[in-house]
Amino acid sequence: MAEAIAFYTLSILILGLGVAVITTPRTVHSVVFLVLNFLCVAVLYVVLQAEFLAVIQILVYAGGIVVLYLFVVMLVNLKRQPEEHQDPRRLAKVGLGLTGAMLLELAAIVVYSYSREPSSVTAPSPAFPVQGNIEQLGWLLYTDYLIPFEVASVLLLVAMVGAIILARREL
Amino acid sequence: MLDTLVIPLLKIVVLLNAILISVTFMVLMERKVIAWAQSRLGPMRVGPYGVLQAIVDPIKLILKEDITPIKADKMLFSLAPILSLVPALVAFAVVPFGGDELFYIADINVGLLFFLSVTSIGVYGIILAGWASNSKYPLLASLRASAQLISYEIAVTMTLVSLILTAGTLSMVGIVEAQLADGVWYGFVQPVAFVLVLIGALAETNRVPFDLPEAETELTGGFHTEYSGMRFSLFFLAEYANIIVISAVTAILFFGGWLRPFPNVEALAFLDLIPGWIWLFSKIFLFLYLFMWIRATLPRYRYDQLMRIGWKLLIPIALANIVVTGIVKVLV
Repeated sequence: MAEAIAFYTLSILILGLGVAVITTPRTVHSVVFLVLNFLCVAVLYVVLQAEFLAVIQILVYAGGIVVLYLFVVMLVNLKRQPEEHQDPRRLAKVGLGLTGAMLLELAAIVVYSYSREPSSVTAPSPAFPVQGNIEQLGWLLYTDYLIPFEVASVLLLVAMVGAIILARREL
Repeated sequence: MLDTLVIPLLKIVVLLNAILISVTFMVLMERKVIAWAQSRLGPMRVGPYGVLQAIVDPIKLILKEDITPIKADKMLFSLAPILSLVPALVAFAVVPFGGDELFYIADINVGLLFFLSVTSIGVYGIILAGWASNSKYPLLASLRASAQLISYEIAVTMTLVSLILTAGTLSMVGIVEAQLADGVWYGFVQPVAFVLVLIGALAETNRVPFDLPEAETELTGGFHTEYSGMRFSLFFLAEYANIIVISAVTAILFFGGWLRPFPNVEALAFLDLIPGWIWLFSKIFLFLYLFMWIRATLPRYRYDQLMRIGWKLLIPIALANIVVTGIVKVLV
């Protein structure tokens, strides 16, 4: 019961803050709403008993990446009007297409989850040789998900090297 | 009901009051220490040796007029001081002042990460204060602050990885218990990490020699130039609360928390007569004094020097420390 109340309150907050992010006229305000949104998502993770994920969500997204957003937003002059040649109708068409795709996807998820056997969802989780939130996550990352993990790290390395090359053209 | 709500709430109330009172006396202590370092007397008028200055100062700040500049962004201008104070106070939730359950609010298995992530939120207070003031110097200061805090946060987090490798846990209570089990304070096992964390702590709390966000000689006061009255003092509360919590965490991670000196030597067992929280408080006090001593001694770094130290010195050393710790951990 308490969990359901927490979930629905948080969902309303997350969705409301998400709407606030895209409707606020001032960019810095929308970045602040984005931070609050991320904090609410972190609380949602705590309700789901994924404390490690919650803390990392705050540390990486709210504490790191959005600070950089804010840094850029404050440096760039955003009071300038949008470019003249941009057709507002084109944006509306793109938005309509994206919304349609999103709706289709959601419908597909709902249909799929109702059509398959419910027993697979409640299957017992695999036995871990280690206890605790972080330990189990680490165990999974270095056993079952080793290759995706390494691929992701290589991807990040490539992004980092690319950023350095772009920043220092005379290399 | 009693165990889940009433007792934690009581603990929170006691802790918050203790922090706020100790902050006011810390300001007095800082003025006295710096005065003595400069062969002055410091505040002497209010009460014996100026002791009551700690009570008079907050009253003055509360009674002062609170001005909001007319061109400022009202909402963010009010939000910024709160955003910088609240994380500093929330971070105390995972700081254990003793091994018994009575002495901490929460012992969660991601305690150290919780501390890092909560304190990383505090940077928004400084950035938004500078932006919302709608004034040149505060904006420059807040740009400096955001670059500085992010750089040093990376260095400190990387350094703490090697400590976590040594301790084998992220829980604050667990780290002290690991030091008891190993019979040594981790400051002796990880001296490099200790020095790096100390430098990072100075930078994260915007203290001398890294106090560029409030360099009064070049920025007319820094990110809080446009603030006055109680909102101004909230920034000071946040700074000093941050210093206390970082001193406490450093004492817990590297100086054995509530353990007595040389916890493995049987001959010193009589030291256990002194309760653990007194050991921890004296260690915290030493760190607070160190912060003030450094402020009285060192000049401020230039901005490019600050960035060079952060990225080209601290982060590589921290990475090397992780590698060495990992190799030693595998071999031993």
